[in-house]
Amino acid sequence: MARPALKPWLRYLRAGDLLTLALAAAGCAASFALLWRGEIPDRAIVRAGGRIVAELPLDRRAELTVDGPLGHTRIEVEPGRARVAEDPGPRQYCVRQGWISRGGAVAICAPNQVSLSLNGGGDSHDSLSY
Amino acid sequence: MTRSVTELAVSRDDYRISRLAAAAIALTVAEAAIPMPLPGVKPGLANIVTLVVLWRFGWRDAAWVSLLRVLAGSLLLGQFLAPGFFLSAAGSVASLLALGLGQRLPRRWFGPVSHSLLAAFAHISGQLTVARLWLVPHDGVFYLAPVFFTAALVFGLSNGLIAARLLASGADAGAD
Repeated sequence: MARPALKPWLRYLRAGDLLTLALAAAGCAASFALLWRGEIPDRAIVRAGGRIVAELPLDRRAELTVDGPLGHTRIEVEPGRARVAEDPGPRQYCVRQGWISRGGAVAICAPNQVSLSLNGGGDSHDSLSY
Repeated sequence: MTRSVTELAVSRDDYRISRLAAAAIALTVAEAAIPMPLPGVKPGLANIVTLVVLWRFGWRDAAWVSLLRVLAGSLLLGQFLAPGFFLSAAGSVASLLALGLGQRLPRRWFGPVSHSLLAAFAHISGQLTVARLWLVPHDGVFYLAPVFFTAALVFGLSNGLIAARLLASGADAGAD
């Protein structure tokens, strides 16, 4: 397969164009860094029945058992991440979600009315409709 | 035959501008047929015409060609006065302003590629501003900005190179 010949195009670039190009590329890179920087969470927030029952710092190990209408939900926290380790819910969605570590991430055990969320991530939406 | 009551004097400028605008409109319509992975990301091929016009005939002609293209292109695509039309118009006005400033750069050092990049970034910035102020009044609009900026970088560069090549080859001489 013939390689696309890029070299002939180079002569249309003038010295200042390279400067403009470099600035534009730097601007692109900066926009990624600025706008796509996920906030790093430092707390795990545990809710039961809609009320906050615990806020655990994400810099050390911790374990917590929360009671809901179906039984006990066990939350595990490790440095930088957290998960629902056990839950009595029938479908186990929140357990199968595994470790969550992004700012604003949530694991919801709806049947037992327990949720585990990480702070940060601002007021992001999990759905948008037009 | 009844003579038309209004007689418009058509100057050489008018013919030239309409011919160039027609080329830009054709590119706009052709481009609309190219499927793009993300709405809002387009190569903006018609801007090649704007750049060539700017380089050869100056900013006034470029502004005419660009704005006529937005108007007629939106009529042909059924977008006239739809949100997309205002976004295009905002983008075009912003890039024309940027080109007005960019034109003052010394041509010895800054070629069509610089103009094209300036215009591309101004275009998307103008569109994002209007989108933020009017269509989606939420900062979530800016979430995709890095993607749009990257597209501006790629297409700004490629359009600029194509315009530079057309200018160098004299293939645009027929536009006179």
